[in-house]
Amino acid sequence: MGMWATFRCIVRRDLTLAIRRKSDVFTTLFFFVIVVSLFPLGIGPESDTLRTIAPGVVWVAALLASMLSMERLFANDYDDGSLEQMLLTPQPPSVLVFGKICAHWLVSGLPIVLMAPLLGLQYDMALDALGVLVVTLLLGTPVLSLVGAIGAALTLGLRGGGVLLSLIVLPLCIPVLIFGAGAVEASTSGLGAQSHVAMLGAIFVLALCFSPISAVAALRISIE
Amino acid sequence: MSSINWFKYASPPTFYPLAGRLAPLFGVLAVVLMVVGLYLSFFVAPTDYKQGEGYRIMFIHVPAAWMSMFIYLVMAMWAAIGLAFKTRVSAMMSQALAPTGAMFTFLALWTGALWGKPMWGAWWVWDARLTSELILLFLYFGFMALHASIDDPRRADKASALLALVGAVNIPIIYYSVQWWNTLHQGASISPGAAPSMTSIMLTTLLIMTAACWSYAIAVVLSRVRSIILERERNTDWVASVVGPDNRGGRG
Amino acid sequence: MADFFAMGGHAFYVWGSFGVSALFIIVEIVMVKQRRRTILQRLSRIMRIKAEEAKRHET
Repeated sequence: MGMWATFRCIVRRDLTLAIRRKSDVFTTLFFFVIVVSLFPLGIGPESDTLRTIAPGVVWVAALLASMLSMERLFANDYDDGSLEQMLLTPQPPSVLVFGKICAHWLVSGLPIVLMAPLLGLQYDMALDALGVLVVTLLLGTPVLSLVGAIGAALTLGLRGGGVLLSLIVLPLCIPVLIFGAGAVEASTSGLGAQSHVAMLGAIFVLALCFSPISAVAALRISIE
Repeated sequence: MSSINWFKYASPPTFYPLAGRLAPLFGVLAVVLMVVGLYLSFFVAPTDYKQGEGYRIMFIHVPAAWMSMFIYLVMAMWAAIGLAFKTRVSAMMSQALAPTGAMFTFLALWTGALWGKPMWGAWWVWDARLTSELILLFLYFGFMALHASIDDPRRADKASALLALVGAVNIPIIYYSVQWWNTLHQGASISPGAAPSMTSIMLTTLLIMTAACWSYAIAVVLSRVRSIILERERNTDWVASVVGPDNRGGRG
Repeated sequence: MADFFAMGGHAFYVWGSFGVSALFIIVEIVMVKQRRRTILQRLSRIMRIKAEEAKRHET
């Protein structure tokens, strides 16, 4: 099997599994919606304040929501032993892991990206700010999945793995948060979001190169 | 080639007595340097014309901040050596370094807050350096938490080593992004650590205090690694011979 | 002397910094010592049990 075929096979398998377990997808999405909707209740409904905090709130909520689903990235396959089998196959393991990360992003990251503009409207965000928000989320949420995969692999099968995963992965995701939320702010303040988006793109490429390899190394540590 | 066989020191039975000899040496050095450094800090270094006596906090804040970053790098280096050469002592060293590094990070934050209050009128300012230190503290906590929650010590060593490496790769990115964020939001104009006009005696004092913290860190880490070695190797014969039933394990 | 401890009105901040640093260093040293004592006690207990077992096998 070629690398591309392997990749497609893994993505299709994980997507099929995710569709069978729809509740997982919806939990993440609802968590995201609820967290974002809580802030106006805590802070007050002045639209000026809300417009200022909107990018930060949406980004932090996206960060937390993606941590929530991260734990399940390898856990199910680890429990039934199929992960071990996958690593034993002659296919390059980084391709397998990359496939799993992609499928995970399609299931948990993409819905967040699609839902974000709706929530942005709740915060009275301008249309072009909404556009920037979606672009940064499109570039940033894959980074969260990629970095989170390393954490998920390291905490595989541990007690309280979910909290631990957040503890070790969230600090590593701070640059994504800074550039993601910063881009929206920069565009609303008239500075232009290009430089932020470029930085986010650079981080994305960096994560794309290093994260699958590190995740494979982490999986080998956790499984052996 | 007549080079020293470094791998000899990578085995616990040889490293344990070596650490036992070095630790008191660095301990004494730390005490001497600390006494000299504190004397210079309080009695020799002149009062700053802008910040008054409050600037003396610098003499503990800056060394703590330097040590916190330096120890993380050393920890990541030991982790990398441990992963590459599968030497047990390297992993134990990175374990022993983490609490001391976290302590210095906390001290840098604490003294930064106490310095910030008279300078800025606020205990905490989201200044680039303080924010980076805070994130560094989170990285230390993550490292220690991961190691503590894995029961199998070999897996714990490797997993936390990998995490330390990922963190070390990330630190420049985090630092850069925090600075970017800080300049964008027009944060504080003076930052602690942006030293007042430094006279040469101030610089000397700062370097001596840093050397004192460094020696202290080496002494305390070597003592801690000895306990870690005993804990890990408790079922081996060499530990039994070092810590016999009558020998209370003092020397050796 | 009182002037020295007043630190030009910054006494709380200066002594708060150095005091807490000293406290943490002392606590860390005590904890390292404690850890060593614990493991040594545990080891000597293991040794004693092993020695007794060996004796019992001899008789």
